[in-house]
Amino acid sequence: MTHLGYLLAGWGITLGALGIYAFRLAVRGRSLAVRVPVERRRWMTSEDDS
Amino acid sequence: MTNPPLDLPAHTGSRTTQVLGAAVLVGVATMILLGFFVAPEDDLMADSVRMIFVHVPSAILTYVAFSVTAVGSVMWLWKRSVWWDIVAHSSAEIGVVFCGLTLITGSIWGRPTWNTYWEWGDVRLVTTLILFVMMIGYLAVRSMGGDESAVATRAAVVGVIAAINIPIINRSVEWWADRTLHQQSSITDGKLEDWTLFTMFLGIVVWGVFYTWSMTHRFRIAWLERELRDGDLDEAIAARRAEAAASGGVS
Amino acid sequence: MLRDAWLVAAKDLQIEWRSRVTFSQVVPFAGLVLVLFGFALDANRPVLLQATSGLFWVTIMFVSTLAVQRSTSIETTDGARRALLLAGVEPPAVFVGKSIAVAVQLFAVEIVLLAGVVVLYSADVEAWGLVFATCLVATVGIAAAGTLLGALVAGVRARETVLPILLLPVLAPVLIGATRAFDDALGSVAVDGWSWLGLLAGFGVINVVLGALSYGVLLEET
Repeated sequence: MTHLGYLLAGWGITLGALGIYAFRLAVRGRSLAVRVPVERRRWMTSEDDS
Repeated sequence: MTNPPLDLPAHTGSRTTQVLGAAVLVGVATMILLGFFVAPEDDLMADSVRMIFVHVPSAILTYVAFSVTAVGSVMWLWKRSVWWDIVAHSSAEIGVVFCGLTLITGSIWGRPTWNTYWEWGDVRLVTTLILFVMMIGYLAVRSMGGDESAVATRAAVVGVIAAINIPIINRSVEWWADRTLHQQSSITDGKLEDWTLFTMFLGIVVWGVFYTWSMTHRFRIAWLERELRDGDLDEAIAARRAEAAASGGVS
Repeated sequence: MLRDAWLVAAKDLQIEWRSRVTFSQVVPFAGLVLVLFGFALDANRPVLLQATSGLFWVTIMFVSTLAVQRSTSIETTDGARRALLLAGVEPPAVFVGKSIAVAVQLFAVEIVLLAGVVVLYSADVEAWGLVFATCLVATVGIAAAGTLLGALVAGVRARETVLPILLLPVLAPVLIGATRAFDDALGSVAVDGWSWLGLLAGFGVINVVLGALSYGVLLEET
């Protein structure tokens, strides 16, 4: 395939970046959720609806 | 009347995100299959046309994401909607990722196709770069700390300023460069092959699902951060009250 | 409201006049940038002449961030922002007044820079009307956008580094338009400078309106 180097670089960076971002979101979510009491973890279930 | 005990997990995932996430993975696998083994090479560009499958979806989602941020900014300023404020922030962050990828993939695509990593005469490219810097600025303003409401207002104003000035920036770059290397709307001029077109649209859909997945997680993260911040504030107030009570109730 | 705006502008300019920061620091800075560019490009005279328009306006871009920082800091010390609001001055009036003050200062720097460019770069101005019109119109837009963003970052730590990131992309059309207009006025490029003035004027109007509408929100809530 012509330009294979460019293709691999482009696709690689793209999928890699999106994958890393997704991973970091998941990790961040996990580390935050353990610190918040259960009943206040989601928008829909909290009492005050500011 | 007490509510049944909640069973919320200690992470930001849910059935919805699992389904969305699975869909993304399947979608990406399909894109690779179609993009590299089914879609034909282009008459002019040879195989570098396959960059279109990651470049165009990234560009489309950039505009979607920043439009959502613009709308969210207006909704905060107009209705003081916390929900919209969180949406605006989350969308901006994800948008910056897509925008960066748009620029990078565009640059990598440009090299074998037009023998240049960057073309100043390309209006869309230049405007996207300026947009990228503006949204970095938006995120910077968000991270400057201070009263939650003030931060939201500042960021919202930046969002509105960006939204209003982008058309002017686009017009000025357009006039500046009469020519553009950028492909004239490859979608409508019929130069794309069947499978290329299909895979590109598939890419847009997959990127859209990824955006939704990310927004869900990012929204929940922002919510949790707020809860923690408010929790700290509540604790501090409670501690102060305890102090006052202990010292005889005289403040 | 116009009277209030005038009062605010006069106040800012008076403070500036007494402290002489524009003249003792900003103008020398602008001149220095010109000289530095001269060092960097002078070995190649034609290049310098060709780049004159761009160098002039890039310098003004940098100077404008300084001017806006100074303008904003007048109010952030000693809680003067609240005082202005309490004094009953309408936020749009404050915005217009401060913008006028910034514009006047920028205009003064531009005059000096013009002299510098004519002397140091041997720039040959063919159309002084276009030059002054460009300076006027561009400066209005720069001052408006700058004052609004200045208020946005006021009272925030690290504002000196954030302001350029916010302001300079917004000012990109001004840089493009004003440089093209100057190219025409200096006779270095065959382009119609006056049509670019239209773009600059549009930019100015939009950002003045935007600023007048948004200034209140920023003043009251941040």
